[in-house]
Amino acid sequence: MSSTKEYILASIKKNTPTGKHPYPAIPAFPKSNKPILEEFKENLEAAAGLWYEIDNPSEAETRIKQLHPEAKVICSATSEIEGNKDINKITDPHDTADVDVGIIRASFGVSETGMVWIREQDLVVNALGFLSQHLIILLKPEELVRDMYEAYTRVELEKDNYGCFMLGPSATADIGAVMVRGAQGARSLTVFFM
Amino acid sequence: MSKKVDIVKNSSDFINKDDVHEKMHDKNLWNARVKRDKIAAEIPEWEELRNIASQIKEHSLSHLDYYLDMFEKNATKRGAIVHWARDAAEHNQIVYSILQDKRITEVIKSKSMLQEECGMVPFLEDRGIIVTESDLGERIQQLDHQAPAHIVMPAIEKTTEDIAALFARTIGTDPNDTDPHSLTEAMRNNARERFLRAGAGMTGANFAIAETGSFVVCTNEGNADIGASLPPLHIASIGIEKILPKVEDLGIFIRLLSRSALGTVATQYTSHFSGPRKGGELHIILTDNGRSKRLGMKDFWHSLKCIRCGACMNTCPVYRRSGGLAYQATYSGPIGIILDPTFDARRYSELPFHSTLCGSCSEVCPVKIDIADQIYKWREIMAEKKYLPIERRLAFSAAGKVFAHPPLFRTAEIMAEKVLPVIPDFVMYNKMINPWGRSRTMPVFAKETFREWYLKNRKKEETNE
Repeated sequence: MSSTKEYILASIKKNTPTGKHPYPAIPAFPKSNKPILEEFKENLEAAAGLWYEIDNPSEAETRIKQLHPEAKVICSATSEIEGNKDINKITDPHDTADVDVGIIRASFGVSETGMVWIREQDLVVNALGFLSQHLIILLKPEELVRDMYEAYTRVELEKDNYGCFMLGPSATADIGAVMVRGAQGARSLTVFFM
Repeated sequence: MSKKVDIVKNSSDFINKDDVHEKMHDKNLWNARVKRDKIAAEIPEWEELRNIASQIKEHSLSHLDYYLDMFEKNATKRGAIVHWARDAAEHNQIVYSILQDKRITEVIKSKSMLQEECGMVPFLEDRGIIVTESDLGERIQQLDHQAPAHIVMPAIEKTTEDIAALFARTIGTDPNDTDPHSLTEAMRNNARERFLRAGAGMTGANFAIAETGSFVVCTNEGNADIGASLPPLHIASIGIEKILPKVEDLGIFIRLLSRSALGTVATQYTSHFSGPRKGGELHIILTDNGRSKRLGMKDFWHSLKCIRCGACMNTCPVYRRSGGLAYQATYSGPIGIILDPTFDARRYSELPFHSTLCGSCSEVCPVKIDIADQIYKWREIMAEKKYLPIERRLAFSAAGKVFAHPPLFRTAEIMAEKVLPVIPDFVMYNKMINPWGRSRTMPVFAKETFREWYLKNRKKEETNE
């Protein structure tokens, strides 16, 4: 008896369409000529993301307090900002359920969309990116690529078990086609350029 | 033998339900189409992207055994456990065995059309597993014991008031609360506990990348990511047609997907899974369920290029007025018309006739599936298989004859001109006899046919020359 895999592959072979279907040449498409940082900010705002230019970690901490005055649990996966819950002590992702503000450093952003690229190593505990009520994303303003074509030459899926292009806070329009932010994931997402 | 879906009756039920639902449905979906047009126009190379996406899909589908094998090797290397399922039964059994092995009794899942297609949720529920849909629209449908009505907007047929009443009944919200924000908040809190309790998170996949063994899941809510990052076990069901050769292909497909679906630049979360999370386990179920057979259907294999964006549904004038549940199938709208008969031709034999063949679906499809042409070809098959009621079969073959013979066509044209004006309104607008007639007026026929006009005027011009 052959395995299911063999059965399916044999069925595919038998049914494969005839004719030549070469892999197409993908040309270099024209790039936007807007200033890249401005374009990123514009698209981030369109997705309901916020941003601040931050000079140093203490300014960042002041800004976090101002943005989220009621936050009790702040958990940071970055070296610059401390928070009050140590991510490195978390062994079970369920322990991130009480996080009010999660802080993560993104490796780069995409100006075409306003997305930031966040990998397993940036999150330390993946669930931090999704169970935190609010997110602060640190991003070096020079770490921007123009579009999704460039973005996919920069990611290393062959190395990272998990990576996410995150665009603003969680959203849904499933009730009456009305846009609501904060469906299941973060209620707000703020990028700190630092 | 399966019962035929009576789509005309189902649609007329939706249209005649009240004066609110169909109008709202039509408006909301058309809005999505308008947003899609606007955002597509912002990309100069949009049409070229559609071409390239179509070619990449045709290339992968015609080398599918090669790329699937590559995907499996790479995913396995990264620590995922890859299973193969030839049909829905085998798929469901694999899921159940994994859960049983680990004594898991509660599961949280995100949207997956494949799991829907396999009837996985009722299968697991029958065996005592608690399954919670985490996508808001899917959860609404689950609470109302209904299938998703749209590929990306599952609860689009319901008004906010419907959902308020449903939530009041099922999760205890205030029945007078009809604010989408507080209703969404109520579900967020209700779902949170279920995420925390679940022993496994289940997802589908939008794309699978052969060269790295990764798969991509796109959501706006972040629900797939919670399900994948919290429980110790992640099970992903992937249709074998989802394969793309390279990572760089995603640059093309991610640019097309959400722009086509909802008119947004991207979904809020585009998540790439290339292996199990730290301390977790990842199972991938590569599922055929009729796909390899469809690959061999000369006229229909292009339907396998579908990336499930729903653009064809949003643009379809018939779907917008019928509602998705009218199709009584996993896939509704134009893409449903051409996919559903591959599962059960007799049951879905009326679907291909539920179309105006206006071709708008083919025009908006991001991977250029010839949807309208395939709908027409399915009509021919349904006629050949004699699945049509006798009067339609006669009409269908009569139409063929009339269009093939110009003199006959001209007679018919003149007859219509004479007969239509005298059809009494009670026939045209009676909702029992013709549910489509209500709120529509019959066209007023031109006094002369185009041919009469042409003969008169062009002849004149030619004489003048």
